[in-house]
Amino acid sequence: MMPRVAAFLIPLTLLFTGCTNLGVEPWERNILAKPEMQLIADPIEAGLDDHIYFSKEASSGGRSFAGGGCGCN
Amino acid sequence: MQLKDKSKKIRRSLTAATCSLLGISTTDTPAEEGDWEFDSAVLYYSEVDRVSAIEPVITAKREFSDEKSLNLKLVFDALTGASANGATPSDQPQTFTKPSGEGSYTASANETPLDDTFKDFRMAFSSQWDQPLNRDYKASLGGNFSTEYDYLSLSVNGSLSRDFNKRNTTLSVGISLAHDTISPDGDLPVGFSSMVIDTGQAGFEDDFDATREGSEDTKTTLDLIFGLTQVIDQHTVMQLSYSISDSSGYLTDPFKILSVVGSDGRPVDYRYEKRPDSRNKQGLYWQTKHHFSKDILDISYRFFWDDWDITSHTLDLRYRWMLGGQQYLEPHFRYYSQSEADFYRRFLVDGDVLPDYASADYRLGELTGITLGLKYGFKLANEQELSMRLEYYLQSGDSPDGNAPGILSDMELFPDVEAIILQFNYAF
Repeated sequence: MMPRVAAFLIPLTLLFTGCTNLGVEPWERNILAKPEMQLIADPIEAGLDDHIYFSKEASSGGRSFAGGGCGCN
Repeated sequence: MQLKDKSKKIRRSLTAATCSLLGISTTDTPAEEGDWEFDSAVLYYSEVDRVSAIEPVITAKREFSDEKSLNLKLVFDALTGASANGATPSDQPQTFTKPSGEGSYTASANETPLDDTFKDFRMAFSSQWDQPLNRDYKASLGGNFSTEYDYLSLSVNGSLSRDFNKRNTTLSVGISLAHDTISPDGDLPVGFSSMVIDTGQAGFEDDFDATREGSEDTKTTLDLIFGLTQVIDQHTVMQLSYSISDSSGYLTDPFKILSVVGSDGRPVDYRYEKRPDSRNKQGLYWQTKHHFSKDILDISYRFFWDDWDITSHTLDLRYRWMLGGQQYLEPHFRYYSQSEADFYRRFLVDGDVLPDYASADYRLGELTGITLGLKYGFKLANEQELSMRLEYYLQSGDSPDGNAPGILSDMELFPDVEAIILQFNYAF
């Protein structure tokens, strides 16, 4: 497990330190501010999908909390 | 415009209804003018010969001054249909006792046994409060309540995020604690006890009761998520997150059984499944959205693993193709593949020593899922939006059959599950 976490954290740290060169000025955010450019653009659809796949597959979580919420037999 | 007036009217009446539910007077206008925004959807989910569900959802969002906001969500879920009970097919009809102990159901020869007795209705309510703490920090607090006929789930969550680098980089941490209670009709089966079949024998009820242990049990889940969101450029945003989830308590499915088969592959017994009482799940998630001159690409990948020895890969691709006139088409492709849990057994063999844990639930077996979908949406002039999506989901089990004995070598032990997902959305 630890190598997996390390394999994730090292590039993350590199990315984060490199991140200071990324990004935009506040006045350049017109496109990023669009509702359809939000990471979860359609929260209802995302919630319904999470519920479907939580019920039919063994994995859950990732973009949101993995926890219970239904019997889902 | 008539439509606009109608929309305002609906919004006003829903606002009044929401406020009266919450005990808020609508005249207590917050510092900044902000209407409630509503989003609603109805999902129809239907599997071929199995479960179907209708799920209406409504959400309400209210923005307050200083970027504070309240989100409320109400979901109903009506389920009917049949679900694989875990038993293997046989060349003769098979009879099973209903989970409630009252009556039985039968599977025809050569067919995957399906428990068609289940019907459920779920209602879930959640609320989330978001607010900035200062220039760089934001906090969010929420609660969820979900109830079914035989299941109750309560959870609380909180998260904190900090912006860096002109708000181009955001680090966040979230925590959620859930407490679930399961209380099935007919009580909880004793793990690995043999299913008693009612053949009219005297003492069936006593024999059935001997396979039960208590009327309810609980499960506690603690989730943590660490996230990094990074604006790459004017057209691209990316997110990385690591999540860990720890569950303990009753993790068995009280409705699932395993066939105990003889050397000819025919069942000699059915035993209730038994899973470990703890599970640790972890996931790495990466998502990127890129805005081309008009269209938007949304791509994500999740790597998941747990201490039941399941690993999975999920790839999700969406492409929003702007058609002009505020209309879009959005094709969707999702690929999912998982390995099997270390205690997954398609069946048990008569005479073999019982393992510590075993489940024949196909959802813990090796499987692949493919989703293909198309969404069409259009924005109306007055902040309303309509959309619909149609998706096809195909799940194929591919666990090795472990040299299935006798008649099972010719049987379909991992039938495909096909489903249609149809959803209508209306935001106003």
